[in-house]
Amino acid sequence: MAIRERLSGNEATAVAMKQINPGVVAAFPITPSTEVPQYFSSFVADGVVDTEFVAVESEHSAMSACIGAQAAGVRAMTATSANGLALMWELLYIASGSRLPIVMACINRALSGPINIHNDHSDSMGARDSGWIQIYSETNQEAYDNMLMAHRIAEHKDVLLPVMVCQDGFITSHAIENIELVEDDKVKAFVGEYNPEFYLLNKENPIAVGPLDLQAHYFEHQRQQAEAMKNAKKVILEVSDEFEKMTGRKYGLFEEYNTKDADVCVVVLNSTAGTAKYVVDQLNEQGKKVGIIKPRVYRPFPVDEIVDALAKFKAIAIMDKTDSFNAAGGPLFSDITSAMYAKGVFGPKVINFTYGLGGRDVKAEDVEAVCNEVLKVAETEKVESVYNYIGVRE
Amino acid sequence: MGKVVEIRWHGRGGQGAKTASLLLADAAFNTGKYIQGFPEYGPERMGAPITAYNRISDERLSIHSNIYQPDYVVVVDDTLIEAVDVTAGLKESGAIIINTTKSPEEVTPLLKGYKGKVCTIDAKTISVDCLGKYFPNTPMLAAIVKVSGIMDAKEFVADMEESFKHKFASKPEVIDGNMKAIERSLLEVKGI
Repeated sequence: MAIRERLSGNEATAVAMKQINPGVVAAFPITPSTEVPQYFSSFVADGVVDTEFVAVESEHSAMSACIGAQAAGVRAMTATSANGLALMWELLYIASGSRLPIVMACINRALSGPINIHNDHSDSMGARDSGWIQIYSETNQEAYDNMLMAHRIAEHKDVLLPVMVCQDGFITSHAIENIELVEDDKVKAFVGEYNPEFYLLNKENPIAVGPLDLQAHYFEHQRQQAEAMKNAKKVILEVSDEFEKMTGRKYGLFEEYNTKDADVCVVVLNSTAGTAKYVVDQLNEQGKKVGIIKPRVYRPFPVDEIVDALAKFKAIAIMDKTDSFNAAGGPLFSDITSAMYAKGVFGPKVINFTYGLGGRDVKAEDVEAVCNEVLKVAETEKVESVYNYIGVRE
Repeated sequence: MGKVVEIRWHGRGGQGAKTASLLLADAAFNTGKYIQGFPEYGPERMGAPITAYNRISDERLSIHSNIYQPDYVVVVDDTLIEAVDVTAGLKESGAIIINTTKSPEEVTPLLKGYKGKVCTIDAKTISVDCLGKYFPNTPMLAAIVKVSGIMDAKEFVADMEESFKHKFASKPEVIDGNMKAIERSLLEVKGI
């Protein structure tokens, strides 16, 4: 029987980490992710995990310690947000390029400046091409479930890439909500032992990690890394199927909500997808044919599957909780429109909304306005403005 | 979508409004409800106005925005009435509960024409009498349960006793005081 609980997103993440019981956790506190290592360090102090907790002096060192520990041959985990993730930058690439299956909780927060501690996706979206698998979570439940699946995905021999599990800072990280936890023994069996094929402390089979890699082989290694990211898609689906067998909770590459009879669709990540579900339920009752697609797996980007799901709509609104400052739309918009073009799908009209920057509360009315705009585009078959903002004073 | 009860808390940093919202979420959770309890974080400092929220429902909650049309508002510090628009969006079918020594009739004129139910409770006197210290959140928690009827009062009392036994395992001497504060508060809310 699942355990009925009420936890914040940060507590849920820390509980998942406790159940995973990794070899090393190295972290530096930064709002709103601070509670994750804070709760976890109490598990260490209470002796309920065997983990070595490394209280480092910066996020650069946190990721460096994770790289060292994972290369040495144990599971390494961390949590961070915003500028903490930015300070890890060069190490993110070293972790993925060294094919180290580190797992991180990214509690999404706006990147300064000006300084802001609240939620948007400018931190993890900036890291979208760092070679990390990125999985986004609408709720505390999804943040917990995704964390339980992360090691199985990261450590698969066809993948061997680090995983970032994202959730919205404060909105889910600091909100107490209902959650169903999986029993410790079931998690232990599901996650399994970590038995890396190659690791630094294996004296029987000595290896080098991170040596100089120049014209002769670097490109081949990058090519292999790119292939690993492609492989991750299949592995994520396999692990998610197995997770569903254990918990009954179904996860795919993205979630389709009320899309079956819909003419138009809103694409949105994380907690706002929940607000969008609330809005769409009401709009559907009024006969407005709008559905939601909520990407879960953003890296690898599920080009074929998401285009297949979107091709039937008359119009699509893609919501980005970050501004790319490129005069050409947000990252989710760019990726989806590029995927549609590459797959030869030109039917749906597509518009972009930037929303919720720096924790600007996303109201039901904001999502409703987006829905009404995309319904209007479908009806008139005219796009008046491709790049739009919602919830901002202008 | 079943009936969702939405509550907004106004307090000052350090008074425990956030904790009270989390305790209410806990109590409702223990009666089998779906709950949300979340603060609106600003520049946190002692004494600054803070807001916290609860949603309580028989069905899973998917919305993740702040609450703009609450059914109930709880004001943990009556000096906030003039500093913050405490009745903003408050449904007239609902109620506002204010921690004050004044009567509902005395505070109603300060509430910008709010036509719904106005309840008051002297949480300070109750807290000082029962606990020897000023912790308004336990009395306010009891008051919102009583006024909103979101759970059975007896069930709530039993549940809080369990929670306090767990929460104050290392200082059992405060359990009785907190329980007295709850029982007195359930009786002393005015304006119901």
